[in-house]
Amino acid sequence: MWKVGFQTVLAPVLTALLYLLIFSHVLAQHVEVYPGVHYTAFLIPGLMMMAMLQNAFANSSSSLIQSKITGNIVFVLLAPIAYWEFFAAYVLASMLRGLVVGIGVYLAALWFAQPPLLFPIWIILFAVLGSAMLGSLGVVAGMWAEKFDQLAGFQNFIIMPLTFLSGVFYSIHSLPPFWQALSRFNPFFYMIDGFRYGFFGVSDISPWVSLMVAGGCMLGLTLLSLGLLKSGYKLRY
Amino acid sequence: MVLWICCRYAVVIPRNLDLFNLMLPAIDVRQARKRYGQLQALDGVDLRIEQGEFFGLLGPNGAGKTTLINLLAGLALPDDGQLSVLGHDVVKQYRVSRRLLGVVPQELVFDPFFTVRETLRMQSGFFGLRRNDTWINEVMHHLDLTDKADTNMRRLSGGMKRRVLVAQALVHKPPVIVLDEPTAGVDVELRQSLWRFIQQLNRDGHTVLLTTHYLEEAEALCTRIAMLKHGRIVALDSTLNLLSSLAGCRVRLKIAGYLPATLLPQVVEHTDGDYVLTLPSYQALESMLAELRVAGITVQEMTLQQPDLEEVFLRLVGRAVQ
Repeated sequence: MWKVGFQTVLAPVLTALLYLLIFSHVLAQHVEVYPGVHYTAFLIPGLMMMAMLQNAFANSSSSLIQSKITGNIVFVLLAPIAYWEFFAAYVLASMLRGLVVGIGVYLAALWFAQPPLLFPIWIILFAVLGSAMLGSLGVVAGMWAEKFDQLAGFQNFIIMPLTFLSGVFYSIHSLPPFWQALSRFNPFFYMIDGFRYGFFGVSDISPWVSLMVAGGCMLGLTLLSLGLLKSGYKLRY
Repeated sequence: MVLWICCRYAVVIPRNLDLFNLMLPAIDVRQARKRYGQLQALDGVDLRIEQGEFFGLLGPNGAGKTTLINLLAGLALPDDGQLSVLGHDVVKQYRVSRRLLGVVPQELVFDPFFTVRETLRMQSGFFGLRRNDTWINEVMHHLDLTDKADTNMRRLSGGMKRRVLVAQALVHKPPVIVLDEPTAGVDVELRQSLWRFIQQLNRDGHTVLLTTHYLEEAEALCTRIAMLKHGRIVALDSTLNLLSSLAGCRVRLKIAGYLPATLLPQVVEHTDGDYVLTLPSYQALESMLAELRVAGITVQEMTLQQPDLEEVFLRLVGRAVQ
């Protein structure tokens, strides 16, 4: 991760800061999502979680696809590593990158606003769960994809819309009923909402519900990844 | 991105070497079958390679050599049959079998983010070896890689990358070494230094399984050879036996008169009293000379030509022997 730190840590932190700069300047005077919470402060947890999710996914998926395409995946496959260790290594690496990027965004964003940290346990819980879930999804995508184009499609047509429509920039209560109902089918919404609860003690739905949904998704993706890895799907022919 | 792996928990200590283990074959393949779509890549291969052998696996492209190696290394899963390395099943006991096996893959693959030393340390880590620098330095020394230890893999020539592949296969000191065409596209100097090192490892007790397209290499290095064709073993014997029994010998004769009709089927070349015949064995030479005596033909010159592995190979894979 550190050998390409500009690309893997600094670039996503800068991107998140640009979002923060633009959205907070444009909307801060017009929007108050939660009573007494400045819009810029509201935005920070959402941007942190968005950066964590995207980077955790990018880490495992790009590591896998790059190794598959260049062929150096063979060195891992030749080693006495069990399928679950393979999974754990990729997901832990994704979590590490996700968390480092998340902390980077938080530290850089402190220049603009200082959101409270009311319930750090919830913050840590959702940060860990979110990056692990997307790391796991990245393993599945990396195994499935056979070229960079397919992975980019996965990222642009699934990850990106789910992230942007998850309440990073708004509360779902500000949406029309149809979109509000649709948002409840988006697992990313629960992770961002639960994560934000850790900062402000306020959320669109109970953090316990968010925890259950995120945990259920994580469990499902873990089982799917492990099943594919055990069968050698697109790795061991 | 760096693959972050902790193999500490993957360490499985192989059984201690004892008399029982010494009697185990280094590689044991029983009725191995593998199909890719319509192609039957391996069709019931049986192969037993003893410990300490320098074994050659030959065959034309698509014969199933790499498939067999992939099954042994766990890069592919067999449809049927059993494969084991020093008595450890490659599917059920893959942790031990992979630890016992060092594989040099055919393709020139590398991780572009690392230097040679980092690559070898990383590979050691995959096998749970944390402090392996002494052996890494020794391997780099033998493969003339010491000067390039801190050079990024991208900056190495093809030959140098090939050396790193060999070094990667050896970082965990495997007792069984599999080399899948390790000298393809490699200059003569590297080829020679590589073989010196591999022969030294073989003398130290390592079993070597080699696939190569350079038949003279197999002839010079291997004590036994198996030939694969369409996923089946078509010959399996010591190199000497293969050379003598399958290739037979070639005889160049200069005679006064015409060759008896009974010998004509064995003629492969003929120009003005000069005949080149292939005989199934050296024993057939005596009967050929007897036939010439009976026919009253005088032999003016006779030259025996040594068979080579290429002839055996061509004969077995079904091409015409020129």
